[in-house]
Amino acid sequence: MLNVALPKGRLGEKVYAMFARAGYECPEVLEPGRRLIFENPATKVRYFWVKPSDVAIYVERGAADIGVAGKDILLEHEPDVYELLDLKTGICRMAVAAKSDFRDNPERTLRVASKFVNIARSYYAAQGRDIDIIQINGSVELAPILDLSDVIVDIVETGTTLKENDLHVIDTVVPISARLIANKASFKFKNEQIVGIVKALTPLTEEKK
Amino acid sequence: MNIDASALKFEERAVFALRSLYSRYGYSYYKMSKFEEYDLYVRNKDFLVSDSVITFTDTNGRLMALKPDVTLSIIRHFRDEPGVVQKLFYNENVYRVSQKTHAFKEIMQVGLECIGAIDTYCICEVLTLAAESLRRISPRCVLDIAHLGIVGSIIEGFSFSDATRARVLRCVSEKNGHELALLCEQNGVEPHKAAVLRRLVALCDRPAQAMPKLRALLAQSGSSRLAEQLAQLEAVVAALSGTDVEDMLRIDFSVVNDLNYYNGIVFRGFVEGVPTGVLSGGQYDRLMRKMKHQAGAIGFAIYLDQLERLGGDAREYDTDTVLLYSRSDDPARVARAVNELSRDGARVTAQKELPEGLKFRRLMKLTDKGAAEIGRDA
Repeated sequence: MLNVALPKGRLGEKVYAMFARAGYECPEVLEPGRRLIFENPATKVRYFWVKPSDVAIYVERGAADIGVAGKDILLEHEPDVYELLDLKTGICRMAVAAKSDFRDNPERTLRVASKFVNIARSYYAAQGRDIDIIQINGSVELAPILDLSDVIVDIVETGTTLKENDLHVIDTVVPISARLIANKASFKFKNEQIVGIVKALTPLTEEKK
Repeated sequence: MNIDASALKFEERAVFALRSLYSRYGYSYYKMSKFEEYDLYVRNKDFLVSDSVITFTDTNGRLMALKPDVTLSIIRHFRDEPGVVQKLFYNENVYRVSQKTHAFKEIMQVGLECIGAIDTYCICEVLTLAAESLRRISPRCVLDIAHLGIVGSIIEGFSFSDATRARVLRCVSEKNGHELALLCEQNGVEPHKAAVLRRLVALCDRPAQAMPKLRALLAQSGSSRLAEQLAQLEAVVAALSGTDVEDMLRIDFSVVNDLNYYNGIVFRGFVEGVPTGVLSGGQYDRLMRKMKHQAGAIGFAIYLDQLERLGGDAREYDTDTVLLYSRSDDPARVARAVNELSRDGARVTAQKELPEGLKFRRLMKLTDKGAAEIGRDA
């Protein structure tokens, strides 16, 4: 039985639909209720829903053999896993945003607010820029408005929330999408099944190009 | 001395089995101090798995460190002797910062080093011992083998910046073909050359299936260096073909050790039931050169802390027998009763009061006529 960790929410439902189309369906997955684990003995796959930011931990620690995680989570936590496929869904970008009237002053330390402190740190380190990183876990857009920070580094999908708060994107850090990841040991011992899933999903990702 | 194997933890039994295995192949036990001069690690910081080292000042004012690594100490004390190969094994604790918890951790390692005039036989012997070590830990095991020079030669041909090279190597270690392709495209690598790297990292097969694919993949390169590196890998694979360990081998280029220290054959071992690699090793001639030695070297380490959960579930009972006695009982009588009850190897604890939460098979009480059973299975 192959354990698959899916991210709870809209992205997880989209990803499950891809698995189902690839021949790994388990209709109970989409039934409303509080159950977390669903199994289809015919396809030898067991799905479970976990918080999106926890998928990589489940896979790295071997509780799940494979899983689907956003590239943002993978860049932030750098889990020791194989990243086998870009599923080309859940597409957005990690971006730097600031107030519309923001002008960067390189003589001052830049105050950066973000949930993704490692990504922000690496991005500015590559530019040799001295920053003061402020980790906040929600409503990041509020930080520049209340002068907690000069800029934010956050996920931008449509940009609507930014616009509504008089913020705009000043740079893209990295494009983000959902990735199929695998535990390194599981990849050795359940290789045929994992490679089979990758092969079945690949044409579906190409449709999304 | 008689040792009751059932009293040992899984990883302790593994240590005995591995020490016996390495001794059989002529490897001698290398005992070292827990401490080493900090200077050794400063000069070879990149070789260490974690940057942080526990340091203290010795009584003579020297800055010392609790060993974060064993190989560096072995090399430091190595003396070059032309034509000779030193074969050593060790069983030591190392002190490292866990990358996940950011806290220091004591890790027990068993490993071996083969240093000196290394030839194909030595490489095969070390690979065989690595595979046999895994088999002693679990019958379901895999040893991934790669040639780091092959990955290095292909990447060198692409003239990446240092930062891009680091990202490319990370992609190789993650089998991340889609981002490799993107990085190659962004850096002007011709698509057919990028495809070679992408197909190389996707490889994960038994040698008999992998080697023809690898030969075909590298045939168009025209690089004499690549041809030489492929020949080295083929010689090793051919020598291991038909041996007891052949079934456990996989050719997998996601094994990427630091190119500044390692070269040639690198490998990583997995056992079913442990989510990460438990064995890591390779040829480290470059580290030898950095430490001013002419000799070649190959070795591996097994991380015993990873094996803790392999031995099955926790013990069902804390003890077999609890013997209750009172303050007024003669201590000699209590001792005789404990000896009697533990004669067949049973675990016995003598207590005046029954400890809360203790799980036992038999509850006994010391009476005038000796130990009498007053309860079971609690």
